[in-house]
Amino acid sequence: MSETFKGKSTSRRGFLRGAAAAGAGALAAGAAKAATPDPLIVEPQPWAQGLGEGVDVTPYGLPIQFENDVVRRNVDWLTADTISSINFTPIHALDGTITPQGCAFERHHSGAIELAKDDYRLMINGLVDTPLVFTYADLERFPRENHVYFCECAANTGMEWAGAQLNGAQFTHGMIHNMEYTGVPLRTILEEAGVKTEGKWVYVEGADASSNGRSIPMEKALDDVLVAFKANGEALRKEHGYPVRLVVPGWEGNMWVKWLRRIEVTDAAVQSREETSKYTDTLEDGTSRKWTWEMDAKSVVTSPSPQAPITHGTGPLVISGLAWSGRGAITRVDVSKDGGKTWETARLAKPGERMALTRFYLDTTWDGTEMLLQSRAMDETGYVQPTKTQLREVRGLNSIYHNNCIQTWWVKPNGEAENVEVS
Amino acid sequence: MSKFLKFTLAAGFAISATAVFAGDFGLGRPALPEEIAAWDVKIMPDGRGLPEGSGDVWTGDEVFAENCAVCHGDFAEGVGNWPKLAGGWDTLDHEDPLKTVGSYWPYLSTVWDYVNRSMPFGNAQSLSNDEVYAITAYILYSNNLVDEDFTLSHENFAEVEMPNAGGFIVDDRAETEYAKWTGEPCMENCKDEVKITMRARVLDVTPDVEEAEAAEAEPVAVAVAEPEPAPEPEVAAVDPALIEAGEKVFKKCKACHQVGEGAKDRAGPQLNGVMGRAAGSVEGFKYSKALMARADEGLVWNEETISAFLANPRGYMKGTKMGFAGLKSEEDQAAIAAYLSSFAD
Repeated sequence: MSETFKGKSTSRRGFLRGAAAAGAGALAAGAAKAATPDPLIVEPQPWAQGLGEGVDVTPYGLPIQFENDVVRRNVDWLTADTISSINFTPIHALDGTITPQGCAFERHHSGAIELAKDDYRLMINGLVDTPLVFTYADLERFPRENHVYFCECAANTGMEWAGAQLNGAQFTHGMIHNMEYTGVPLRTILEEAGVKTEGKWVYVEGADASSNGRSIPMEKALDDVLVAFKANGEALRKEHGYPVRLVVPGWEGNMWVKWLRRIEVTDAAVQSREETSKYTDTLEDGTSRKWTWEMDAKSVVTSPSPQAPITHGTGPLVISGLAWSGRGAITRVDVSKDGGKTWETARLAKPGERMALTRFYLDTTWDGTEMLLQSRAMDETGYVQPTKTQLREVRGLNSIYHNNCIQTWWVKPNGEAENVEVS
Repeated sequence: MSKFLKFTLAAGFAISATAVFAGDFGLGRPALPEEIAAWDVKIMPDGRGLPEGSGDVWTGDEVFAENCAVCHGDFAEGVGNWPKLAGGWDTLDHEDPLKTVGSYWPYLSTVWDYVNRSMPFGNAQSLSNDEVYAITAYILYSNNLVDEDFTLSHENFAEVEMPNAGGFIVDDRAETEYAKWTGEPCMENCKDEVKITMRARVLDVTPDVEEAEAAEAEPVAVAVAEPEPAPEPEVAAVDPALIEAGEKVFKKCKACHQVGEGAKDRAGPQLNGVMGRAAGSVEGFKYSKALMARADEGLVWNEETISAFLANPRGYMKGTKMGFAGLKSEEDQAAIAAYLSSFAD
């Protein structure tokens, strides 16, 4: 048993191996009676006799080897080059809401650069009283705040517009992470430079070759945007913008400029590459929406799912997933086992927090019959996560970004799950 | 002014005039005009920010071929998965619209700004203002938007009309979607029947993680294995630890160079068998004039020459296309040489 489950595989073949090894005993519901004593209990084990590692072995730790499949993954065919590309958070294998930095998705336009704190400068210029330059040390002297926010790429679930395509929650919904940020409100920095009355927008750009500039309306810039330098208590990782990134709560991840080097107050949107040719949404008639900043309410069942099949047979089953909204807090999540005919309300692990991931559970009993699992999020504005059909009725098939449709997993009698679309 | 009063006032003004008063922490220092000029290179949609200069289509054709065509194609039609910059006209309301500068981009300022600050990929900020004007003119020409004798300059920039300038609306989800999808949702008998209409497994485009990991693991295992008798003497002579170190340093080169099985030319030539080879000899790759001149003189890449080149690319070879700042550390140079020597032709 222990051998079989050591290297949990994410693939179908791995699943089938695991299911076969689990054997008939596991399929019988209720407490199975042991025929022979478990050697793991009755025989002394090496870890109980010998010694483990000392405290000087691992100055900074990584997950234990048995968890080495809980990693970010890339989809090769998606982009021309891994330098300007995206990978996916293994949400199927995580629980709770905080994403560890080491497996939080990355999206770069010119690669993850190495920028030392000593070489870091932040400029604020444009329609301000005094254009200023800050060092990293300067930023640490402003009053700072802590907030937990999700960061979702606008293209999350984008490959699923035309139809069910990628078989795994990591790939369909993994362009998201959720961290506790420490940083200075952008408002404080704007105040330090003094914004002129004709300043209506803030243009932010990064220090990498792409610079990834985006225009943010002044109202949002003065509201809740953070100039962040810590995530989950420690320095940002290189791939997330070390030493300083922008945090734009509830808004598409592309605006969370990494390696933030310049803030410019302008009288109009700059209309940069990232807010015209990309991150705009083409509708059926060929017109395109721009400035679609907010991420609408969305949810997904992370387990069971194609990469996280049911391997324990019938009986108690925890259905679990994530829900979030860029327009406020999640207030309710419903789960359907029959493709949306009937719904039951799931339990939220904690009351929803604004613009942060919410974990939901449906503690249930599985009778071994197939399920068409769905989840449906509601947020504090009363918005209800739409179906893919509803989205397509408004937007057509040619959108890429902002696909927040209800996801369906077809869970089969053997516990295996597949990404499907239903009528 | 007290902090409290300042915040109250600022909040009150935020809606109408968005006035924010100067802060009082006294942190940071005034930015110098030269510093602002160096970093503030954005171009506004009305052309504000454009430097003086000009470039014509024919010059653009040459500069594009030299700097851009490796990814975007000779006619801006795109290579493989790299962005297509031309074509796609009148496809926006079709299935799978082709979004190019000509068919989609609403502002020409975006092209100039992006090429100037971020292109070529792996060698950003290496083009002169006139070259950026010329490339922009060539992209317009590739999209049938200007004639072949057109010259683009800061003076006529604002006159160019982009075909899809009127094709955008501001986010209207609040009007078109939110009311529709708000309210108490259905809990029972929501549908008569449910049928599976599409399965991801039929398409089968999900990466097979097990296979991918196995494939990745193999060459690594070979690289760190005991040296075996090999036909290339260089391979056996090199220290495996140094090769491994070189693999790490090579990350700095990967944006432009591929090496190993199936390596292809990208912004830079593929590097299989580069050690011991005559410079400028990868067939089909467009080298700089500077490199070809050195090749004619008989330059051969070996540990010594490649280290000298990498230490200071532009110093070693004035006019090189390689937009790399250089590897200062001699250890890194040796590691790269070792790593590259582990790949035969």
